[in-house]
Amino acid sequence: MSFDVARIRRDFPILQRKIRGKPLVFLDSGASAQKPRQVIEAMVHCMEERYANVHRGAYFLSEAATEAYEAARGAVARFIHAGDPREVIFTGNSTAAINLVAHSWGRGVLRPGQAVLISEMEHHANLVPWQMLRDEGRGIELRVARVTDAGELDLEDVAAKLADGKVGLVAITHMSNVLGTVTPAERLVQMAHAAGAKILFDGSQAAVHRPVDMQALGADFYAFTGHKLYGPTGIGVLWARLEHQERMPPFMGGGDMISMVTIDRVEWAPPPAKFEAGTPPIVEAVGLHAAIDYVSVIGMPAIEAHERRLVDHAMRRLSDIEGLDLLGRAQDRGGVFAFSLDKAHAHDLATLLDRAGIAVRAGRHCAEPLHARFGVEGGTVRASFGLYTTEGEVDYLAEALTKAREFFA
Amino acid sequence: MFDDLRDLYQEVILDHGRRPRNFRRLEDADRTARGDNPMCGDRLELFLKLAPDGSIADAAFQGRGCAISTASASLLTETVKGKSAEQAHALSDHFRALAMTGACPDCGEALSEEMERLQPLSGVHEFPSRVKCATLAWHTLNAALDGVKEASSE
Ligand SMILES: Cc1ncc(COP(=O)(O)O)c(C=O)c1O
Repeated sequence: MSFDVARIRRDFPILQRKIRGKPLVFLDSGASAQKPRQVIEAMVHCMEERYANVHRGAYFLSEAATEAYEAARGAVARFIHAGDPREVIFTGNSTAAINLVAHSWGRGVLRPGQAVLISEMEHHANLVPWQMLRDEGRGIELRVARVTDAGELDLEDVAAKLADGKVGLVAITHMSNVLGTVTPAERLVQMAHAAGAKILFDGSQAAVHRPVDMQALGADFYAFTGHKLYGPTGIGVLWARLEHQERMPPFMGGGDMISMVTIDRVEWAPPPAKFEAGTPPIVEAVGLHAAIDYVSVIGMPAIEAHERRLVDHAMRRLSDIEGLDLLGRAQDRGGVFAFSLDKAHAHDLATLLDRAGIAVRAGRHCAEPLHARFGVEGGTVRASFGLYTTEGEVDYLAEALTKAREFFA
Repeated sequence: MFDDLRDLYQEVILDHGRRPRNFRRLEDADRTARGDNPMCGDRLELFLKLAPDGSIADAAFQGRGCAISTASASLLTETVKGKSAEQAHALSDHFRALAMTGACPDCGEALSEEMERLQPLSGVHEFPSRVKCATLAWHTLNAALDGVKEASSE
């Protein structure tokens, strides 16, 4: 099927909106993506036709809702090529997924004297949980692998930091939300496993832009978030091997996560239910299922190819702009571009672009250590693409940036 | 493309943003305070030199920020010079009303000349995400006057 971006755009009601009298040019999908009608309608349908709490009532609606919720788990499992739907744990977002690993696996399985290895390009979601673990006085060390000037992960540094065999977990982004860098995931899995470590990927960005395959990758944990994948907010995924889930103590206690309770004793439900305490995001799971169906019909390889063309186009257009300083020029990259423009402050620039109808993010994008690494004191402007982004929008951004430069000259 | 932005980025603001006045350290300052906008990383340090009667003899600042926060700090240092602590506090209150609502109906006549000079920043009220840029220096002024070392626009 050919990639028809005009047709895709018609599926997204918000893209028809005008902002301050100008057509919306939405270049902040890296923060959260817009939703296609199919997702919106699936959620409305769920609430209008088949909503009740799950796993609880022996009546028609509850059974229908349970079926829909579990069908979403199956859809996620197929989407990421999990070996078994039970490897899919629903969480609130990526942040909750990573915190689940840090709390449960980090506290239950990691031993004093072991280390967690992250990188300089982590989103705070894959940094702060590990700092918290380090600072609890359990004798767990936090190591940080360097990023090269080109914005790539320094694999020699990774190897050096794995060399003493003390790293119990490598927790690394699969794609940077600032540099756009895609990390060499298969290679990292091999390196981690060879050093006796488990490996978690923060796939919040990567899973949206290219096919991911848990069986081919061979990692231990993989986290991503529904709202960046054209699905709703309030739902995320932790993919975790069953053998790890078996060893992990529950993180939160409550309903739905036990198989038997007396006042003196509880028995945990089997995975993944033991990690899904309380009423889960039911409507959101249905929305995520619809989002996965939506991108799957278009095809992740087709989306990847479309975005690759956009990235090449944007690299050319942005490189032509005098005074534009792009953060990171990795070989393998996705549609995320953080930059500064001469002396113009990121917030002034974002306000200007907003007036032209262009939505971009300004600041440090939840990656302060990375901005410090590149010596960027204030912040950067970030333009990030989705499957509905067009070359025309990239051209319009480039034109606006050129004019903005004159404005602040 | 950006014509209607002249409400926000008036020439005065662009000028003070590019060439801030009183942009230096006051080595013999009696009061200093730091202002921090954690959201965007803007940061400034404000210095006040007090006269024997407690009024502000000199004001200066250093730091980095967007055009709006820099212009606001620059205009602040110009307008608070010679004011008593009480007047400076009042000006700060008035300015924050102006930045948040675009007007200050309760301002009265007392500081009308100073408010006139600050008027170009009133356009910021239409940009909720930018109001904090304009008010950062004024929060910092309050902190300096009250002998507090750190101010935040959060
Ligand atoms: C790389 C990366 N990791 C983690 C997150 C956190 O996602 P969420 O806020 O949905 O938990 C984001 C997005 O903000 C991200 O870009």
